[in-house]
Amino acid sequence: MDLAANNEPLVSVKNISFSFGSTKVLEDINLSITQGDFLAVIGPNGSGKSTLVKIILRIYEPGNGSIVLLGEDLKNFEQWDKIGYVPQKATNIDPFFPVSVREVVGMGLLSKKSFPRFLLRRDEKIIDQALEQVDLKDFKSRRIGELSGGQQQRVFIARAIVNQPSLLFLDEPTTGVDAETQERFYSMLGTLNQAHQITIVLITHDLGILNKHVNKIACLNQRLVFHGMHDDFCNSELVQELLRGEHHLVCHRH
Amino acid sequence: MEDILTYGFMQRALVAGVFISIACAILGVFLVLKRDAMLGHGLSHVTFGGVALGLFLGIKPLLMALVVAVFCSVIIQKLREKAGLYEDTAIGIFSSTGMAIGIILVTLSGKFNVDLFSYLFGNILAIERFEVVIAVFLAVTVIMVISFFYQELLYQTFDAEAARTSGIRIGFLDAVLAVLTSITVVIGMKVVGILLVAALLVIPSAAGLQIAKTFRQAVIISSVVSIGSVIAGLFAAFYWDLPAAGTTVVVAFLVFLAFGTLRILKKRGVLE
Repeated sequence: MDLAANNEPLVSVKNISFSFGSTKVLEDINLSITQGDFLAVIGPNGSGKSTLVKIILRIYEPGNGSIVLLGEDLKNFEQWDKIGYVPQKATNIDPFFPVSVREVVGMGLLSKKSFPRFLLRRDEKIIDQALEQVDLKDFKSRRIGELSGGQQQRVFIARAIVNQPSLLFLDEPTTGVDAETQERFYSMLGTLNQAHQITIVLITHDLGILNKHVNKIACLNQRLVFHGMHDDFCNSELVQELLRGEHHLVCHRH
Repeated sequence: MEDILTYGFMQRALVAGVFISIACAILGVFLVLKRDAMLGHGLSHVTFGGVALGLFLGIKPLLMALVVAVFCSVIIQKLREKAGLYEDTAIGIFSSTGMAIGIILVTLSGKFNVDLFSYLFGNILAIERFEVVIAVFLAVTVIMVISFFYQELLYQTFDAEAARTSGIRIGFLDAVLAVLTSITVVIGMKVVGILLVAALLVIPSAAGLQIAKTFRQAVIISSVVSIGSVIAGLFAAFYWDLPAAGTTVVVAFLVFLAFGTLRILKKRGVLE
């Protein structure tokens, strides 16, 4: 189904609430993500950003509400090959885990396969292409633990985009990475969004990125405080109030 | 070398030992990396309960142990998933209870004898023909199932959260791994005994992981270490009258020590 042609959102979140035991994490969230968006999900620590993405990806079961992902009810969703995900702990891997860059990127291909999910010779080419996109083809045979944080990040991006997904979710991917590497990383995301038409949902604490590549912002604090265009965000007093002290807001486009 | 292979009991021990050691090593790599090595230890205690039940009821202990271990592995998995128990708590509850029931049954049946000792400490040289057939069949089954799920297990072991978003059924794979572990523990019991079978799951894999750069390498190196240790145990038993089980585990440990030292030396730049 061509969702863009029908003007339907890729993700539609309706009345989602979620609690860990008696602790309420999300309350009545309504949100939609349309094709081509580069959406930044921001908010204070513990505001439910990661939880929301994990609910959208069916890692957590929501308490109530409904989610439609790529036109399918999330409960019956099967098109996992159209989804890319870079988890928060991606750059916090066991450095001694004996897995090569090639093996990690190959994992991403499994969502396209049915049982038994074997990697074939032709998959090598696809893995190479994904590694080329993140400029890491020469590192294919290296153990992932031997790479720097920034390089590991790019490997996880390669794994997430190896199927050429429609939607890419990234959960604080630049944690613990130096400023220069972050800059290059965000430029790469911008290219994926603009040139490859991949819709991106980025959870971030780094508000510096908002001015460069992001076109929409969702600000969470248990509830959805703001959801809209970048420029409107900068004028929202409620958001400025919420983030004051924790973040330095810069609201001019470069 | 020719001498050793002319004996039927040695041939049976070698065939069973090699297949079982490969199954243990491959499975062990996944368990160690998932930080779930204690699952093998816990299930070995449960297996003691199964053996005791078999002796008590007069049913072949190996088969009874298999049924009990597989059943308990599924329950342990369900408890971890649904009841919110910590992983080692579920294992601890079942391993102790399995052992306790085993002790009661063995005492009631009055069969605290040589038979039970061979299960506790292993006696691969006394392995019977039908046990070889069962052991090889089960070991091949374990190896084949792991081969079919290899990529999914690797993904889940490395990054369970991302694997879930690739449509991989984590709960199902955990159950598969638990059942395979229970089968492997039961057949491994014939090689090194209930008390040492967890070592066969953990030590060769831990040794392989010291020097492997890729997952495939880890599986291959661990298998070689495991086969080598079992064969060394058999040779030690044949030529020097040493216990095969104990020697197998000690040899595996020495290899682990050697590989661990190698890794440290490489890390410090002493070796290239």
